[in-house]
Amino acid sequence: MQELVNRAKELLADGTVARVLGWKAGDLPYNPEPAYFETAEELDDFVYNGFCGANLSKYMIEASKLEGKTMVCLKPCDTYSFNQLIKEHRVDRDKAYIVGAGCKGKLDIEKIKKKGIKGIELIEGAELTDEADTLTIQTIYGNKTVAYADVMLERCHVCKGKEHMVYDELIGDSKETKDAERFDRVAEIEAMSPEEKFAFFQKELSKCIRCNACRNVCPACSCRKCVFDSTKFDSSQKANVDSFEEKMFHIIRAFHVAGRCTDCGECSRVCPQGIPLHLFNRKFIKDIDELYGEYQAGADTTSKAPLTNYTFEDAEPSIVGKRG
Amino acid sequence: MQRIGVFVCHCGSNIAATVDVNKVAEMALMEPGVVHAEDYQYMCSEAGQAKIAAAIHEKNLTGMVVCSCSPRMHEATFRKAAERAGLNPYMVEIANIREHCSWIHKDMEEATKKAVILMRAAVAKVNLSAPLQPGESRVTKRALVIGGGIAGIQTALDIADAGYEVDIVEKTPSIGGRMSQLDKTFPTLDCSACILTPKMVEASAHEKINIYTYSEVEKVSGFVGDFTVDIRKKARSVDMDKCTGCGVCQEKCPSKKAPSEFNRGLNTRSAIYTPFAQAIPNVPVIDREACIKFKTGKCGVCSKVCQAGAIDYEQKDEIVTEKYGAIVVATGFDTINLDKYDEYAYSQSKDVITSLELERVMNAAGPTHGHLERLSDGKAPKEIVFIQCVGSRCADDRGKPYCSKICCMYTAKHAMLIRDKYPDVNVTVFYIDVRTPGKNFDEFYRRAVEQYGVNYIKGQVGKVIPQPDGKLLVQGSDLLDNKQILKEADMVVLATAIEPNPDVRKIATMLTASIDTNNFLTEAHAKLRPVESPTAGIFLSGVCQGPKDIPETVAQAGAAAVKAIGLLAKDKLLTNPCTAQADILLCNGCSTCENVCPYGAITYEDKEVNDHGIRETRRIAVVNSALCQGCGACTVACPSGAMDLQGFSNRQIIAEVDAICR
Amino acid sequence: MSLEKKEFKPKIVAFCCNWCSYAGADLAGSSRLTYPADVKIIRVPCSCRVNPMFILRAFEKGADGVILCGCHPGDCHYSTGNFYARRRMTLLFSMLDYIGVENGRTRVEWVSAAEGVKFSETMNSFVEKIYSLGENVRLGDLRCKS
Repeated sequence: MQELVNRAKELLADGTVARVLGWKAGDLPYNPEPAYFETAEELDDFVYNGFCGANLSKYMIEASKLEGKTMVCLKPCDTYSFNQLIKEHRVDRDKAYIVGAGCKGKLDIEKIKKKGIKGIELIEGAELTDEADTLTIQTIYGNKTVAYADVMLERCHVCKGKEHMVYDELIGDSKETKDAERFDRVAEIEAMSPEEKFAFFQKELSKCIRCNACRNVCPACSCRKCVFDSTKFDSSQKANVDSFEEKMFHIIRAFHVAGRCTDCGECSRVCPQGIPLHLFNRKFIKDIDELYGEYQAGADTTSKAPLTNYTFEDAEPSIVGKRG
Repeated sequence: MQRIGVFVCHCGSNIAATVDVNKVAEMALMEPGVVHAEDYQYMCSEAGQAKIAAAIHEKNLTGMVVCSCSPRMHEATFRKAAERAGLNPYMVEIANIREHCSWIHKDMEEATKKAVILMRAAVAKVNLSAPLQPGESRVTKRALVIGGGIAGIQTALDIADAGYEVDIVEKTPSIGGRMSQLDKTFPTLDCSACILTPKMVEASAHEKINIYTYSEVEKVSGFVGDFTVDIRKKARSVDMDKCTGCGVCQEKCPSKKAPSEFNRGLNTRSAIYTPFAQAIPNVPVIDREACIKFKTGKCGVCSKVCQAGAIDYEQKDEIVTEKYGAIVVATGFDTINLDKYDEYAYSQSKDVITSLELERVMNAAGPTHGHLERLSDGKAPKEIVFIQCVGSRCADDRGKPYCSKICCMYTAKHAMLIRDKYPDVNVTVFYIDVRTPGKNFDEFYRRAVEQYGVNYIKGQVGKVIPQPDGKLLVQGSDLLDNKQILKEADMVVLATAIEPNPDVRKIATMLTASIDTNNFLTEAHAKLRPVESPTAGIFLSGVCQGPKDIPETVAQAGAAAVKAIGLLAKDKLLTNPCTAQADILLCNGCSTCENVCPYGAITYEDKEVNDHGIRETRRIAVVNSALCQGCGACTVACPSGAMDLQGFSNRQIIAEVDAICR
Repeated sequence: MSLEKKEFKPKIVAFCCNWCSYAGADLAGSSRLTYPADVKIIRVPCSCRVNPMFILRAFEKGADGVILCGCHPGDCHYSTGNFYARRRMTLLFSMLDYIGVENGRTRVEWVSAAEGVKFSETMNSFVEKIYSLGENVRLGDLRCKS
């Protein structure tokens, strides 16, 4: 972490960048939040630890409009989102000085809480040293330990790899933390009966409070104005008035980011209701991979997206239900 | 709020017999925005249109819905009527209560209910319509004719005679097409070459006609009035400017084993060849597959004997790009492949031939120099059997469901010509029906029967069995006498079904012209617009549209020419204003729409915007409405809904959905 | 008020492209090839004009089935529209299937202007399928139904 701060101070001092986009501590030990730093003094609040899951790519949309360059800290998986935003002309590559931050997996506080650990005062091991196999958590009820890998974010278990797709320089080492298959859960759901599927999603989606956290955090969901907020489709934002609206919202949201979603998992991370929203996006990704060839959004900035592409031999829609 | 008038047409009894038109009009008055509703016997009539005009004036209408036949039928009529009465034509919507309702439903109550719903959907749409103004586009005063057979030649001549430039693109080395392969033509027995050759010469000499032979259309872009076409001029290996057409190269060419396409493979030709003596242009091509020079690098005889120095082994394909206002398809036909008709022994015996092969056999320039002889042993046949409907009117998927239309007549012709020239030859024709609707056609057929003694047997042939002595045993049935027939023949001629030239599918795709299940191009209207494709600026000439004989082909070729001329005579065309537009406040500038636009109509500009007080420069999509054809691909690709289609807006379609599901 | 169960009359929305399928429907009409009146056609310029929002909207408002008809692949009036529509609808239908909506409620068929018979047969078989599936209780806004 100190390396990142030092480098940030250098870049600010020599005028390479006008500001730094990183994370600062929140009011709790496990909720650092994205922040801008414009001076060396401000950088004293900079943190980078296991809870810095937040993907800063999307902030670069606004930062691209500011005077001067912005140093932005991106983890390997964040760089996919950044590339995708370059492809869509939403960020200005020349306005960003990308420091590829090392990442060895990020933590999910909800998983820690689910282990019955409450009253957390301090967490050691979350700053990611090489030895951080175990977290030591000081709580008001005494010290608890938990295996790091057990409380990683879902997305880290299906880690896309330790390589940064785009960067100006790299600081810190990264590790591939993949220990599960990305599409296993999707395949499980696909194998359910229609009744089970419906019951599953009905249960999950009925928790939705339409807070729009998923939409706000999603780097692909970056429209200036969402269709659900505009008058264009007679679908102006409002509370869910019927059992269908949250389904419609989440299906359309997933559809709009299909072929653009890098599977960064931010939607599920921020959902206050704990809805596994990535299961929608990942379903589309799985279908795209199976039907149109493997495609990883954000792996580059030039390839044709699956939904703006076609072949004469593409599968017919009737394939749905015939597979598997 | 709109002030909408609803006009319900009875269409005589076409609609009124199954839909309670009064009720539809009555219900219309309950819809939001509707201030006037009436029904009338024929809305499209002058009186009906007068009623519409009167209502527009009296009720000060801002929009209208006509509940009538398909918009594909009369949308233009009603839009014009509205425009004459001062209403923007794009404020008119049609509720299709005839084709989509009264004609397919029998129950009055059910049909009326549906008609009311269709009316509501149209009213809901008009409530959200806005007046649109068409733009203008230019017309390139040049036509392209694809195919150089009699259809293409006639169309080109007619267009050129009206004073417009025409290019003919012909795939083979010469124009002339199928007609050049025919010996005589029914029902007058004219010599085919004698009537075709002058047309070929006229086309080639016409100052307004430019002929690309041995060339193919490679790519088509643009739209009515302004097509851009890439034409591939295949390497002829002979310089067309230098060649004098002396023919020495063909004589001296040592490679003479290539099957002659012109003679349907019944004999061979040299590797450097003109397809037939009257070919236009009279410039040979080198068949590189057959040429020794191209295969082994050695030979070069043609180059040595050519005094004009016209042989060019290095010649390469050339792409010519040309602009056209109108395109006529005249790609013609071929006979079907007979692989699936093994029972007729076509592949087993050389003496079983198709009618088109018989044309070559009977032609003086053909493989037998016009002598009627068996291709197996050169003997004169004494007994010839004709089998009709081979692959035509076929219920299973071996053949074609349609009647090829020309076979009955050419078989009568063949039978008559054989009996005339060789009175000792017996001719038997097995037929399902004899179809002779045409001027002097039935008289012609009756002459074959009555005057020339051709033996017509109503019945089908089950099998043709080649015998060890070279004869062919024909097993058939006589339906009139209700008996089986076994007949020994020396020669069997199959009236093989015709099908559109297989290349037409590729061409239709390039032209985005619609095609039917049999690969015939679809006409804009089966009765009223038979020579136009539904795709504006594309016209149909000859058999590519459906089976027809020479007189019909020539007539249709002329009709297609007239339609093309009608287009070329215009200086400007009004463009469809139903184009896409981007809402600058919603556009992300993400380029997704650009990636799905088939016309390259979308570009991006940095624009100064004022988004509720935030002033900034944004990358915004800009639609070139002259290029946009209004497909709407971009509107769905756009995640923010910034891109919308005028005339088919998101809100309009949603309103229709809502009205239907209400 | 009668408590008798009302006879199920499905609401079926058919989006038809202007150039092929709408003309195919016209041909079915002029050839008097019947299909149930439950089908209501919405004319769109091209199958690629159909936004997944329209389809979900139809279901939300009580549709029991939605079918999209366009030109055969390769024959699109706009060259490529139906190719995009095909991918979009494949993914959308797959998602609907994934969340447990019976996949018979949505369909795409390619119907040319010359295929009046196919249009009628398609609508007959689709309506039959919707009857067999019954009312769409999973997707609709129940309170919108009358």
